[in-house]
Amino acid sequence: MSLTFQLDGEDIAFTPGQSIMQAARAAGVYIPHLCWHPDFPAHGSCKLCTVKVNGRFGSSCTMEAQAGMNVENRTAELDDKRRTMLQMFFVEGNHFCPSCEKSGNCALQATAYELKMMSPHFDMFYPDRPVDASHPDVLLDFNRCIMCSLCVTASREVDGKNVFAMGGRGILGRRIHINSESGRLADTDFALTDRAASICPVGVILPKRRGFDVPIGKRTYDKSPISEQVKEKAP
Amino acid sequence: MSETDLIDAVLDRHRRDGTRLMQILRETQEQLGWLSPATMTHIAAAIGWPRAMVSGTASFYSFFHTRPRGRYCVLWSDNITDRMLGNADLMDAMCKKLWLEPGRVSEDGLVSVNTTSCTGMCDQGPAVLVNYRAIPQMTQSRLGEMVGLIRSETPVSEWPAEWFAVEDNIRRRDILLAHDLGPGQALSAALQRGPEKTLGEIKEAGLRGRGGAGFSTGLKWEACRNAPGTGGNPAHYVVCNADEGEPGTFKDRVLLTSYADLVFEGMSIAGLVVGAKKGLLYLRGEYRYLLEPLESALAVRRQANLLGKNILGSDVEFDIEIHLGAGAYICGEESALIESLEGKPGRPRIRPPFPVTRGYLDQPTTVNNVETLAASCLIATYGGAWYAEHGTEKSTGTKLLSVSGDCERPGIYEYPFGITVRQVLDDCGATDSQAVQISGPSGICVAAEEFNRRIAFEDIPTAGAFMIFDETRDMFEVARNFAHFFAHESCGFCTPCRVGTTLVQNIMDKIAKNHGSPYDIDELFKLHRLMQGASHCGLGNSACNPMFDTLNKFRPAYERRLKSLDYEPACDLDAALSQARQMTGRDDAAAHLHNEEKT
Repeated sequence: MSLTFQLDGEDIAFTPGQSIMQAARAAGVYIPHLCWHPDFPAHGSCKLCTVKVNGRFGSSCTMEAQAGMNVENRTAELDDKRRTMLQMFFVEGNHFCPSCEKSGNCALQATAYELKMMSPHFDMFYPDRPVDASHPDVLLDFNRCIMCSLCVTASREVDGKNVFAMGGRGILGRRIHINSESGRLADTDFALTDRAASICPVGVILPKRRGFDVPIGKRTYDKSPISEQVKEKAP
Repeated sequence: MSETDLIDAVLDRHRRDGTRLMQILRETQEQLGWLSPATMTHIAAAIGWPRAMVSGTASFYSFFHTRPRGRYCVLWSDNITDRMLGNADLMDAMCKKLWLEPGRVSEDGLVSVNTTSCTGMCDQGPAVLVNYRAIPQMTQSRLGEMVGLIRSETPVSEWPAEWFAVEDNIRRRDILLAHDLGPGQALSAALQRGPEKTLGEIKEAGLRGRGGAGFSTGLKWEACRNAPGTGGNPAHYVVCNADEGEPGTFKDRVLLTSYADLVFEGMSIAGLVVGAKKGLLYLRGEYRYLLEPLESALAVRRQANLLGKNILGSDVEFDIEIHLGAGAYICGEESALIESLEGKPGRPRIRPPFPVTRGYLDQPTTVNNVETLAASCLIATYGGAWYAEHGTEKSTGTKLLSVSGDCERPGIYEYPFGITVRQVLDDCGATDSQAVQISGPSGICVAAEEFNRRIAFEDIPTAGAFMIFDETRDMFEVARNFAHFFAHESCGFCTPCRVGTTLVQNIMDKIAKNHGSPYDIDELFKLHRLMQGASHCGLGNSACNPMFDTLNKFRPAYERRLKSLDYEPACDLDAALSQARQMTGRDDAAAHLHNEEKT
């Protein structure tokens, strides 16, 4: 007898210790998210995966699945909150999709399409976030950073390098710190082959000289919406 | 001594232990003035941490400077109570006298002047920190003298000693503040009774956490006691939360000033119950001046065999270390506090696991408020049944209130739980009160028609702040001050709080400039609903409370500022010309655009 819980009225099987997100993913059900990645422990910062569990809000990436729990996911109320949080991402950084070479491969953009976000709604913050082009193979454009920390985790857990760390406080201070006294990526042992070089869900960590190898229109999320891809990838 | 030698001496004192990074950074900065890139590289190498983590921590805390700061760093406490006592005019006057812009270091590197979150001197404001030394009761004449001392570069240690005198202002004593326990009395009673029975007394007393949340202290200690330590160095820890950062609260300062023995003894009793050999007291950076007196009090207790090994002839071992914070409100949240104790940015952890099973260094840890620990001494001495006779059924014992704002006698008032708001107002000499903000910005704003409500977990729970506003005060400005506070203190980890607190602050500023519309009020409610449900911790969850309460109870304070339109843009064309006016040195009428209704 397998253990199950209800997700939007559908029975989802899970194994003890799995999070709601992991169980949903395995079943091919999409819960919107940005900072969660199947290969790494949950970070729980983007809050896009907020669901309602037995009537109470919680992050599905950090909450363990329990037998019999009733989870609401794609309700109008929750998607409305998610849309607002997506708008928050768009106004706190500088996201100009038409000029971004990550366009079409960007999880933020794809999730905004998925949730039918039509405008940024709030006034833009236009923060001043300098780019770092010092590294011969990789460009860092912090204008698009969504503070998911995936590069921090990948560099630490997979590459064993600690090239990145999250530092600072609040909207003005919080940013990625680079592991060198100059603060430049070129002065670290970062390499294009690092896991951290390909983990960024948005357009911060970009390999140089490859921007349009795959043309717009033929990219990951040009083919099918992000929610469909979760369905397709399910075992 | 060279700079490197100075840093090495600090590092050696802390055994080059990365978990002591906060203390290493603070002591280094006290000697060198700021934390330069080279300093951080040196420290990172010595403790064996990635450099990015060291700079990540240093940049998280307001009191660490990763850019050169003035040789005199003046920070004005900017709680609403400081505002009501005129801090803005004083700070403005200081900047004018020093030819300074707030937040900028003077060209000669002499001085910087800025604001900081509430420094816990609300009953004796306006208060400043000068090079992180607290000075209450600022006045115009004191200000003039201070500017003179700064200009003549007189060391802060040579400034008039009376400026640094902080009053206790205890106005009402009950069982805690009027206790007559001698040092060791409660501890020896606990030792005699043993850990199990002492825990039983704490549970019978019904003691609940005094930091505001009101969780059962007995259950917390029991869960910690029952949780096994893990790894190669299994241990249990007691942490005293003295990060009293909630604006308007200052009762822990008074307990640590005049009742330190009681607090340390409470930590020892907690240690006995949960089986901890080590206690850590996390003292907020604003109370830096208390560090030396507290260290001396610990030394006296060690000499009296109340700390250390074989305490009072038993086989019990326990000692206490003091860690200083560095200006981050979020560290009052227990898991963020633990992160800070480990040398990291104060970011609340994902829970579960809770600190009682995996806390400091991943070991079972009980984190208790200063007042809770002090109260446990009464229970250890006189028993749980005696303690439970005080207060109400679900809120036993007494509560210290930090009373400030519009009243004749601000200060500390100890009451049995169940006291009405009105009684407190009468006792402190408050007249024509229109509202009381209870438990700080994250608490509740109580209007006059609710003054019969009671201070108790059954009705109004509180960490102790009790800020009074009389009829002359503008409740919109109160809420706006709190909105700025939360935007400044959000740790930035989760999206709804990081961005939401700033959006709320911007909307409040827009309304303050008479550019608001009913649309903006709806936006505030929308953000409140989002942040309350989706935020990672209590800060984001409660950050909109001040707006929500004042909008519901003092709506005219907002409405008289609104334009009667559906939507009004935030941009102000006239303000956009301010730079041009500054450059041309003009400020005449023709240099201003006029709004349509004025022309």
